[in-house]
Amino acid sequence: MSLNEFFHMGGYAFYVWTSYGLALIVLLLNVIGPLRQRKKLLNDIARTNRRARRNTP
Amino acid sequence: MFNNFFHKMASPRYFYNISGQLIPWLAAACMALFLAGLYYGLVKAPPDYQQGDSYRIMFIHVPAAWMSMFIYVVMAVAGAIGLIWHIKLAEVMAISSASIGASFTFLALVTGSIWGKPMWGTWWVWDARLTSELILLFLYLGVIALYNAIDDKRTAARAVAILALVGVVNIPIIHYSVEWWNTLHQGPTVTKLDKPSIHLSMLIPLLLMAFAFKLYYAFVVLMRARCEVLERERHTGWVRELAETK
Repeated sequence: MSLNEFFHMGGYAFYVWTSYGLALIVLLLNVIGPLRQRKKLLNDIARTNRRARRNTP
Repeated sequence: MFNNFFHKMASPRYFYNISGQLIPWLAAACMALFLAGLYYGLVKAPPDYQQGDSYRIMFIHVPAAWMSMFIYVVMAVAGAIGLIWHIKLAEVMAISSASIGASFTFLALVTGSIWGKPMWGTWWVWDARLTSELILLFLYLGVIALYNAIDDKRTAARAVAILALVGVVNIPIIHYSVEWWNTLHQGPTVTKLDKPSIHLSMLIPLLLMAFAFKLYYAFVVLMRARCEVLERERHTGWVRELAETK
């Protein structure tokens, strides 16, 4: 099977690759989401800590 | 001993640490299964005699649809455990499952639609299978919206658990819809009691992808649950310390 044939998908290229592309996007977003959320949360909590320390002499 | 184990596992701090160690391994195994599944599914498996290459959408569509139901049941069971035994971690697992389940339901619906266009000649029909799967998406979205609408997280978790449990009635409806009603959607080919009517060269990538999706859910739900634990425990000593060292 040639590379061209592979990408052509027997004429169903649009349908097949849209499905796989969409799946890739959805799966990636679900991993990136919690990664960023965790970073943001930890930064948030660290900031609250600093503020609390400043306010207690 | 068992009691001790569950007690430890239910401690948020212990869970946070253990899951942090588990995630990379699960993710690596998931990647390996995905690569194998894609190779066998897109390269090795022959075209279908009726559907040509379009049937390869199945390797995304079917595992996504299976996961959409599996995750819903996990969410409802975790919700019930939280409801009955007041285990915080069960509540966390239930709500962390919701958005992943919604993603898989969305994927199942959209890839089904994309597959339907060339095979059935239409993007959408209101047949029982498609409609009940759409209701599943709404149930997930309802769970997420309800959880975010209530400020107190423990009250929110209880409300969500009840909604999730009521919605379980939809799961057998989805599964049996192709038998109970005359649907455009085809009947089961893999989960039949007699021999599955799918060739091994197509069954292998399907199962590889299904396991990859399972592992994907496992590590992503843990990632989400860790965030939820941090959020809920943000005023405790160990979380504040953790934030300092990061």
